[in-house]
Amino acid sequence: MLDILEKAALHNGLVTAFAVVGLIVLLAGQISKHLTFGRVHGSAIAIVIGLALAYWGGTQTGGHKGLADMSLFGGIGLMGGAMLRDFAIVATAFEVQPLEARKAGLIGVVALLLGTVLPFIVGAAIAWGFGYSDAVSMTTIGAGAVTYIVGPVTGAAIGASPDVMALSIATGLVKAILVMVGTPVAARFLRLKTPRSAMVFGGLAGTVSGVSAGLAATDRKLVPYGALVATFHTGLGCLLGPSLLFFATKALVG
Amino acid sequence: MIIYGTALLAACHLLGIFIGDLLGQLLGVKTNVGGVGIAMLLLMAARLYMLQHNKLPKLTELGVEYWGAMYIPVVVAMAAQQDMVSALRGGPVAVLSAVAAVAVCAAVIALINRAEALSPESPDAAQLHNPLVAAQE
Repeated sequence: MLDILEKAALHNGLVTAFAVVGLIVLLAGQISKHLTFGRVHGSAIAIVIGLALAYWGGTQTGGHKGLADMSLFGGIGLMGGAMLRDFAIVATAFEVQPLEARKAGLIGVVALLLGTVLPFIVGAAIAWGFGYSDAVSMTTIGAGAVTYIVGPVTGAAIGASPDVMALSIATGLVKAILVMVGTPVAARFLRLKTPRSAMVFGGLAGTVSGVSAGLAATDRKLVPYGALVATFHTGLGCLLGPSLLFFATKALVG
Repeated sequence: MIIYGTALLAACHLLGIFIGDLLGQLLGVKTNVGGVGIAMLLLMAARLYMLQHNKLPKLTELGVEYWGAMYIPVVVAMAAQQDMVSALRGGPVAVLSAVAAVAVCAAVIALINRAEALSPESPDAAQLHNPLVAAQE
């Protein structure tokens, strides 16, 4: 009985991955709702569970691909692999309304650029301080400080090692959680009141889940404004990370 | 048809990656340069063009929006295959970079927003653009 079930899962790897990830997201949603009262975004908890499972998979198999190294969860490797990951990221560009974005005007662009460059510099500098002194690692960790999507996309494009990639995602993840929990607390200090301020926030705070959850906990009306700019943020980061920022870092550290 | 949307997404994806690879070769690096970002720009341009020419039926949109809505689950799957065991050895780097990045950005947000002249304007109507991404995402 159990053998037949295991065989079915083994032979349908991607389908198994959909079911497993669905279960993780469901569990994360429940934890978010009942344990954190919506304060910590469900998607952030789901990613933490994913990373925890990756840790568990890594300790079980001794491999470098986390849960995907366990034959039963091999489909996770395809679902979260470079192909489908980039496919889903490109699809989010469809949600950007260029007209709405244009209304943000110059200040939105300035916030977007600052929101990409400043966290990058900080992240890359700290990576350097901890001994990750090669351009590829510095860029990947710096990009991770932009968002947890920009980090791995940049890392994959410039050929970072898997542990630096995970570190980059972890950096983006810690940042996302900080933004989610910190935004309602710091809303007064940040002067989060108007659509314009929400767009500035979306550009500078970066991560989409962090921005949308943080704004939702502050003022539901502001969510689309912040998220709109934050959507551009990932695109800009993915464009600048493996190109301009990588070259600049390379020029600096050789 | 829903496949038109997904095919459009796929075409933009491939073209973006192709241009990114080409750009990488032109710049003399062995890596893809901004392919995903270029693909996003292509998709936005394609969407604008199709909207203006009335060639974007709801079903075509859904073919793209489904994958946009799958973005978080795919990222969860991506997280589940990371090399966490090696990553945890560099723990302080992640925490310190994140905390410092957030602190610097918060200071700049506060600075920019303090410069805004406060006028009592109400946010005009904006909707979530992907019907498949519920408000919780």
